[in-house]
Amino acid sequence: MTTHTLSVLVENKPGVLAHVAGLFSRRAFNITSLSVGPTSDARVSRMTIVVDGETTPVDQVRKQLEKLVRVLKVVELGEDEAVERELALIKVSVQPSVRAELLDIATAYSANVVDMGPETIVLEAVCSPGRLDALIAQLEPHGTCELVRTGLIAIGRGSGTITDEDLAGLGACA
Amino acid sequence: MEVTGAQALVRSLECQGVDVVFGLPGGAILPAYDPLRSSSLRHVLVRHEQGAGHAAEGYAWATGRTGVCMATSGPGATNLVTALADAYMDSVPIVAITGQVPRAMIGTDAFQESDITGITGPITKHNELVTDPGRIPAAIAEAFHIASTGRPGPVLVDLPKDILQATTTWSWPPALDLPGYRLPGPADPERIAAAARLLHQARRPVLYVGGGVIKSDSHEPLRDLAELAQAPVTTTLMARGAFPDSHPLALGMPGMHGMYAAVAALQEADLIVALGARFDDRVTGKLAAFAPKAKVVHADIDPAEIGKNRAPDVAIVGDLRTVMAELARATRTIIDVEGPADTAAWVATTAGWKSSYPLRYTQAADGPLKPQHVVERLSAMTGGDAIVVAGVGQHQMHASQHFSFTRPRSWINSGGAGTMGFAVPAAMGAQIGRPGELVVAIDGDGCFQMTAQELATCAIEGLPIKVLIFNNGFLGMVRQWQELFYDERYSEVHLGTDIPDYVKLAEAYGCVGLRCEQPGDVDAVLEKALSVSDVPAVVDFRTHDAEGVFPMVPVGRPNDDIVLGPEFTPAEQQAAARREVIAK
Repeated sequence: MTTHTLSVLVENKPGVLAHVAGLFSRRAFNITSLSVGPTSDARVSRMTIVVDGETTPVDQVRKQLEKLVRVLKVVELGEDEAVERELALIKVSVQPSVRAELLDIATAYSANVVDMGPETIVLEAVCSPGRLDALIAQLEPHGTCELVRTGLIAIGRGSGTITDEDLAGLGACA
Repeated sequence: MEVTGAQALVRSLECQGVDVVFGLPGGAILPAYDPLRSSSLRHVLVRHEQGAGHAAEGYAWATGRTGVCMATSGPGATNLVTALADAYMDSVPIVAITGQVPRAMIGTDAFQESDITGITGPITKHNELVTDPGRIPAAIAEAFHIASTGRPGPVLVDLPKDILQATTTWSWPPALDLPGYRLPGPADPERIAAAARLLHQARRPVLYVGGGVIKSDSHEPLRDLAELAQAPVTTTLMARGAFPDSHPLALGMPGMHGMYAAVAALQEADLIVALGARFDDRVTGKLAAFAPKAKVVHADIDPAEIGKNRAPDVAIVGDLRTVMAELARATRTIIDVEGPADTAAWVATTAGWKSSYPLRYTQAADGPLKPQHVVERLSAMTGGDAIVVAGVGQHQMHASQHFSFTRPRSWINSGGAGTMGFAVPAAMGAQIGRPGELVVAIDGDGCFQMTAQELATCAIEGLPIKVLIFNNGFLGMVRQWQELFYDERYSEVHLGTDIPDYVKLAEAYGCVGLRCEQPGDVDAVLEKALSVSDVPAVVDFRTHDAEGVFPMVPVGRPNDDIVLGPEFTPAEQQAAARREVIAK
């Protein structure tokens, strides 16, 4: 699957998420993941939207997003130009016999144990999406009880920032 | 100065230059109706909120200014939904103002509560639930700015009752806070030059003119460009009137029920210059088979339309009025050096198609009465000097095909959304926007019954609109599809011609009611209707129920499969399919 990562700066106002989500549903665009959070400017939120490039015309997605009045800026981050990370919390059942093996896997992926009980542990992993998939695949045979992923977030590599060009009317908000 | 939120709303509308509001009050919007009593604003009290929405649309189509409608929360607001969807599809600038339950009750399933911003998100250009009385002037000013600039469209402003009642400080003009709202700058001169070059090189160019040409008031640059480039012009359903039908370069409407010459010219073109048009499926037929030999120049104010359906060779984003003026100038520059483009053979070819395969129908002197005949008589008797409003269906296609349009903003209809019931309320809005002019709604009997209640509004307001009902007793276009594609298995399309009695209905609504059953009576009845000057005149034309709309491209099929219709012989149909093009 070819995915495209869009970084979308939006005004931090009520209804913005509904407008973005409504656009995706109305235009039959397929979202792989969507994450949203504040930026260093309280007036601006940043969404990272991953779309499936095989079923969805990415150029149309970008242009239609740009038409939304509360959307300030849309930037496509190419895989090579961006650092991409996703956080996952993974609850795995542990038999005493395999505890050491599980912890070795966790160490290999720099995953932290954030909760430990008699029958389960919870791992916190921050990885690129591909690496996270690999970790989950390795844990699977041991019995993954529950999985929660944040969806991808991404930032461009190098000194450039998404707000290099002034956002009309808002001024730089980095 | 201290005012209530409701006073701020009414003053904002006044300061915005609004002259008329179409609306109907109710609980949540009540506070706004109090200051309206002492306002200069004219409020037109509709009988159903959908009528307010379409009236605002008709006003906007006819005048180019932003139409305004107002409704209360819940069902009042949801009754506007169809009109908002219609305005969104046809890029009509309207502002809808809705009451909402008080802020503290939002989300509690309060009486007449509905999430109208949630509901209308996908069918408005923008909407806002205002939560601060101090923001009312800015919200209204922003709504008008967004509705009327760029690609126009509907904007909804939802106002909770308690902020209309709250006190706030009045000031005008407010600062617009729209950092994410961008309008395209001047078009790229290199692309204009490239487009002019393609146009000059083309041997079989066609200007494919859409509604954007009318919205941007670009009919004059269009005429300049067409005559300069000697390029035939097709005007879509949204663009009827942008180019006079009597012009030698006019090919008429393209698409599913387009003129053969317009459809064939696009199929054979080596260059299509799309101007404010969006390659809609009703124009292209099967997209992959549309205009297979053509390069495409696509100019539009909305960047998202470019490449959406057909990849262009030259894309121009900008305001069409300047784009077309610059394109004409660039074309003239090339002609000055290299001489005029060689399109004479092509123009002759397309003119030949026009005369070989015209619209054809037979009106026998003793009936049955053909709808096409009524449209042609109206066109002839008015000299095209009328604002024609249509609903959706066979009557709409017959009106678009057979009325000879001479000027922009003389054709109003529901294009993209295909909203039955559009005509009567839209005609009401058009008549209010252009009071001295002749406004004629051509409607089907199915459409008419969906919004006929606005005849009461028109009668009370003294609006002399004409409503010509093409009463064939059927949902005619659906009937035609069942005839052609379901082997005449008619299902739930028969309405009957006699219930209601349209003459009595018109009279009950305070209008003049007339009936016409025979072809020979058409002129006299039309004259009588046109002479009514103080209330609407409604004419029940008993039209032939088996009449179809032709030509026709069956849905989903390539435009090359165009069917000329039963009035043409098999030999003519075959000749049309084999058509010869002189300018290779």
